[in-house]
Amino acid sequence: MKRVIALLMENQPGALSRVVGLFSQRGYNIETLIVAPTTDPTLSRLTMSTNGDEKIVQQITKQLDKLIDVVTVADLGESDFVETELMLVKLNKSSITGNEIEKFEGKVVFEDSEIINLQFVGEPDKLDKLVKELNKKEVLEIVRSGSLGISSNAKTLTINK
Amino acid sequence: MSKKQTSGADALIQSLHEEGVELVFGYPGGAALHIYDALFNQSEVEHILVRHEQGAVHAADGYARSTGKPGVALVTSGPGATNAITGLATAFMDSTPVIVISGQVKSELIGTDSFQETDMIGVSRPIVKHSFLVQRAEDIPEIVKKAFHIATTGRPGPVVIDVPKDLTDPNLTFEFNYPSEINMRSYKPAKVGDPKQIKKAVDLILEAKKPVIYSGGGVIQDDASAELTELAKLTKFPTTNTLMGLGAFPGTDPQFLGMLGMHGTYEANMAMHEADLIIAVGARFDDRITNDPKQFALGAKKIHIDVDPASLSKIIHADVPIAGSAKECLSALINELSKEEIDTNKLEPWLQKITNWREEHGLNHSMLELIPENGKILPQQVIQSLYKETEGKAFITSDVGQHQMFAAQYYFFDKPRQWINSGGLGTMGFGLPSAMGVQFAFPKETVACVTGEGSIQMCIQELSTCFQYGLPIKIINLNNAALGMVKQWQDMQYGGRHSSSTYENSLPDFCALSESYGHVGIKVTKLSELETAMKECISMKDKLVFLDVDVDPDEHVYPMLEAGNAMDYMHLSKDKKTW
Ligand SMILES: Cc1ncc(C[n+]2csc(CCOP(=O)(O)OP(=O)(O)O)c2C)c(N)n1
Ligand SMILES: [Mg+2]
Repeated sequence: MKRVIALLMENQPGALSRVVGLFSQRGYNIETLIVAPTTDPTLSRLTMSTNGDEKIVQQITKQLDKLIDVVTVADLGESDFVETELMLVKLNKSSITGNEIEKFEGKVVFEDSEIINLQFVGEPDKLDKLVKELNKKEVLEIVRSGSLGISSNAKTLTINK
Repeated sequence: MSKKQTSGADALIQSLHEEGVELVFGYPGGAALHIYDALFNQSEVEHILVRHEQGAVHAADGYARSTGKPGVALVTSGPGATNAITGLATAFMDSTPVIVISGQVKSELIGTDSFQETDMIGVSRPIVKHSFLVQRAEDIPEIVKKAFHIATTGRPGPVVIDVPKDLTDPNLTFEFNYPSEINMRSYKPAKVGDPKQIKKAVDLILEAKKPVIYSGGGVIQDDASAELTELAKLTKFPTTNTLMGLGAFPGTDPQFLGMLGMHGTYEANMAMHEADLIIAVGARFDDRITNDPKQFALGAKKIHIDVDPASLSKIIHADVPIAGSAKECLSALINELSKEEIDTNKLEPWLQKITNWREEHGLNHSMLELIPENGKILPQQVIQSLYKETEGKAFITSDVGQHQMFAAQYYFFDKPRQWINSGGLGTMGFGLPSAMGVQFAFPKETVACVTGEGSIQMCIQELSTCFQYGLPIKIINLNNAALGMVKQWQDMQYGGRHSSSTYENSLPDFCALSESYGHVGIKVTKLSELETAMKECISMKDKLVFLDVDVDPDEHVYPMLEAGNAMDYMHLSKDKKTW
C-alpha cells in the first residue's frame, strides 16, 4: 500500500543523507521524495511516499524519528490528508491543440513556434492517467515532482517545544 | 575579566576534560597533529597510544562497557578513520557510548580527493548514533557537549566528531565557553513508561502460570540490574539473560536459567518456548534468540520494555509494549506489583518442569572432575578452572567463536559489566583491546581475555601497548588450532569439509611471541597441568600472562538451535537432538 510520510528536520548538511540512507540501509523503498526549507529557515520539511504494510510503515516512522536531526514525523495516512503533485510536460507544439490542453486542465508555461511546455497539478493517480493520454502524442519529456501532502484536519506538523 | 582565548585543539581537549574524560585511546597522523600538540601541553587528559585504530575504539568501548562512562578514541583522517570503522560498528551493534574524534583534511580541501581524505561522516553514517562535521572552531565545545549527551542517553551508541585540520590550528583562537546544559529540540529520549501499559503488565504478571523474564544488554547499560533482580525475587519468575545481558541477574542464583538463544541452555530455551508470559527487558528479540520468529513462543504473551521505541514489535509483536528506560520502567512495575498479592504457589508445576529440564540436559558445571579418554583438555574445563581461580570475580572480555560461547556458558557472572564481548557484530579482535580499556579503568582487578588462536591474531599488535602501559591482562587462549566455530558449522552443515578453517601448522609459538613483547607465556598441553598453570597465571598480579592452552579441536558448542525452527529444536551433542 502506498503511504505518505511527512517530517520536519534540522536544516543542516548531512541531515537529508541520513534520512535517505536509512531507507537503503533498512531495505525500505522510497517512491517519491521532496525537501524544502519551511518558513522557519532552521527547519526543512520532507515529504516522501513509500510502499509497505502497516507494520513496515510503523517501523519506518519509528526509525525516522530516531534520527537525531529529525524533529517530528507523521504518517499522513493516519488521518485524512490531501496529496498533490506537480508535473511539467514538453511537447512538439504541433502535436497538441488548445482544446486538448483545456480538457487536460493544463497550463501553458512556455511556448515558441516548435515547443510547448505545460504544467499540470493534481493527485498522483490523476497525473498517472494523464501521462497515458499524453503518451499518445509526441511527448519530448515529462518531469514529476513527487507527492506533497498535508493533513486535512486541524492538526499540523510542528515542533513540540 | 575576559575569558581565555583558545585554539580549536585546546578547546577540544578542554571540552573532554569538562565531560570528565581522563583517558583517550588513539593514534596520531597529519590531520590530527594540532590536537596531539594540544594533548602534549596539558596533563588533565591522558592519551594512550595503541598500535592500530581498531584497538583504540575497542579499548574505548571496553572502558565504556566496564565503567558505564563514555569511552573516547582519537584518530587521524583517511586510513586512521577507516581503521576505526570496525570499532564503531561493534559499538553501534551493542549500543555502547563511544566517542570517536577523527581528524579531517583542511576545510578547503574537503571534496577534492586530497591526501588522506575520506568522507568519514559518509562512511560511518549507518553505524553511528549520530555524527558531527565541525564547520567552525568555536562550535567545538557545543558539539562535544551534544556528542556526549547523545552517546550516553536513551539507547546509547557511538558518535563521531570529524574535525578539519584548519579548525584546530593554534593560530585561530576564540573565547572558550563550555555550555552547562544542552537542549536539543530534535532529541528527547523517552524515560518513563506509560502508566497504563505498566498496569496492563501487572495484570499479565499476576495471571501468569508459566512466566520467564528475558533480559538483555539494555538492563546493564541502564544500570537496572538491581531492579531486574528485585522484580525476579518479588515474582519468583525464572530469569534468563542474553549473551549481552549476562551478569544483569546473578549467574549463581538458583532462579537463573543460564543464557538463552543459539547456544543457550536447554532449560532456558525450553522455558521460552513453552512460556505463557515473556517479560523482555532491554532485549531486542534478535535472530540469535528467537530462531524462526514465526514459530517463536507462540503460547506466550509478551511484555516488552525498551528505551528504543523502534525495537518494540520490530520482530515479535509485543502485547504490552513499554517504551522507556529499563530502570524507570522496572521500578514502576515493582511499585505497582508490591501493592498486589502475588500468588507464587501457582508457579510450582512450572518451576518443577524447569528443574526437570535442567536435570535432564543442563550444562555440566563440574567438568574439571572429568578425565577425557583421549587425554585432551576440554575447552569448558579451562573456563571452569579460570572461574575457580578468579573466584568468579574477574572481568572477562572475549573474542568471537567457540571460546566465547564456552566462556558465556561456564563462567557464572554475578555482577553486571563483568562480562564484555561483541555480541551484536561478533567482532574477532575485540577481546584484547577491550581488556585494555577495562584494565585502565580497574588497574587493581583481574582482567582476563578469553580468546582463540584465530581471534587473538586479529589485534595481537596490542601486546605492545600492554607492555608500554604495564597492563597485567591475563590472556586465556583456547587453542584448538582452528577457526573452531567455522569448523563446527562445516562439520554440522557442510559434510565436514573444512574449507579454510585450519592453518596447516602455520601458527606461531604464542608463548615466545608474548615473551618477545616483554610478557610471560605459559603453555599447557596436559589436563594435569591446567589448574597449576592457571593458578600461576592468575597470581602474577603485575604481569601480562599469555596462557596458551591446547584444547580438544573436535569439541563442539552445545546446545545449538536448529535453524528455521522454534526454540525447542536443539542439538544437544554430536549425536543427540531434541527432535
Ligand atoms: C572479523 C571477523 N571475521 C570473521 C568472523 C567469522 N568467524 C566467527 S567465529 C570464527 C572463528 C574464530 O576462531 P577462534 O578465534 O580460533 O575461535 P574458536 O571458535 O576456535 O574458539 C570466525 C572466522 C568474525 N566473527 N569476525
Ligand atoms: Mg580456534
